[in-house]
Amino acid sequence: MHDDDPPFIPDARRSHDHDDHDHDDHDHHRHDGDVSHIEARVRALEEILTQKGYVDLAALDRLVETYERRIGPRNGAHVIARAWTDPDYCERLRTDATRAIAELGYSGRQGEHMIAVFNAPGIHNLVVCTLCSCYPWPVLGLPPVWYKSAPYRSRAVIDPRSVLAEFGFLPALDTQIRVWDSTAEIRYLVVPERPPATEGWSEDQLASLVTRNSMIGVSPALSPEAAS
Amino acid sequence: MNGAHDMGGMMGFGPVRDELEDPVFHSHWERRAFALTLAAAAAGRWSIDEARQARERLSPPVYLSKTYYEIWIAGLEALLTERGLVSREEIEAGRCLGTARPVERILETDRVDAMIARGGPTFRADGPAPRLVMGQTVRARNIHPPGHTRLPRYVRGRCGVISHLHGAHVFPDASASGQEDVSQPLYTVRFSGRELWGEEADPSLSVSIEAFESYLEPA
Repeated sequence: MHDDDPPFIPDARRSHDHDDHDHDDHDHHRHDGDVSHIEARVRALEEILTQKGYVDLAALDRLVETYERRIGPRNGAHVIARAWTDPDYCERLRTDATRAIAELGYSGRQGEHMIAVFNAPGIHNLVVCTLCSCYPWPVLGLPPVWYKSAPYRSRAVIDPRSVLAEFGFLPALDTQIRVWDSTAEIRYLVVPERPPATEGWSEDQLASLVTRNSMIGVSPALSPEAAS
Repeated sequence: MNGAHDMGGMMGFGPVRDELEDPVFHSHWERRAFALTLAAAAAGRWSIDEARQARERLSPPVYLSKTYYEIWIAGLEALLTERGLVSREEIEAGRCLGTARPVERILETDRVDAMIARGGPTFRADGPAPRLVMGQTVRARNIHPPGHTRLPRYVRGRCGVISHLHGAHVFPDASASGQEDVSQPLYTVRFSGRELWGEEADPSLSVSIEAFESYLEPA
């Protein structure tokens, strides 16, 4: 692995367990022996906990289903698109993000205390958790592997521009880069700038331009051309 | 503690590799590791801070060589064995060898949505009033607690400005040792990149952290 490797984008259609052993970083690429060991260990732990009656199997399924299907970054995209189209909502998001986000039905675990940080000309915001993986679950779902990884957690606070460059994003040198390290239970949502040439777009159309990465702050929202 | 989890400013880990928004989990065991961790926590025998501490206590070589959910499983095994809910022998044998101990509650399927919706707010309306004010310049104390703390190493001894007051929140350093009723005023403190990283640093950079009052002193 070299620092000048191009950003690696896994193909979601393939099983992650079997791809790209060449990229032997420790974030999530594992050899088959390691995978079968941890698979067996987790399966055994699940059996022990269910046999002892500490956990309910159907509750485990419900937890997984919730974060695979119901709670994810489309929630946050809805919030951003509303903020772009409704100035009153945007102001409420600025002054009390927890309440404004709850207005749209998103609240609870890992989003109990929300702050929205707004990108603007000359100001760019970026969110990290250097100590673990704090992330606003109700609006973004569970964090991607890279957000939890050592490369991101180590570099976002000391050299954020090089991180942004790996996402193909190069803010102007005089743009302020404001990094937010989630070291307590406050969770941050980046409000990206509304892309140009979207006048008259509906909330749903605008939401399609709002990526997970733009709400963490590693990239801007998509342009209409990029989205099409 | 000054563990391997406290990564801000470290070097040499290589590039950040983007990934698509789906899938959320990259293998079946990750799904189960995630769900087991949440369901077991719902039994009420430890706080989120105790869970974080259990992961941070892994020795640095172990922490750095495990994937994210492997760290979660190692932390969960430690929490379960330390509280006598599961024995180390059972973990190694991979099966149940003894009887269960009572827990405060079991997370039932029909309570999952309510548990997620309720979350775990840490704000305490009856907590102490803040002694620091908006705009005040403060120094992050040069402290090295051997237990759990949320003051990252890279700000210790550095000066910043208070930019938000959040009221009193549960104090993680105490909560991690089982004292869940201790709260402290919480602030956002903004540091310039040059204060943190020296004169060579990018002048356009600032980094904000959330800091509890006992992490700070007037500068």
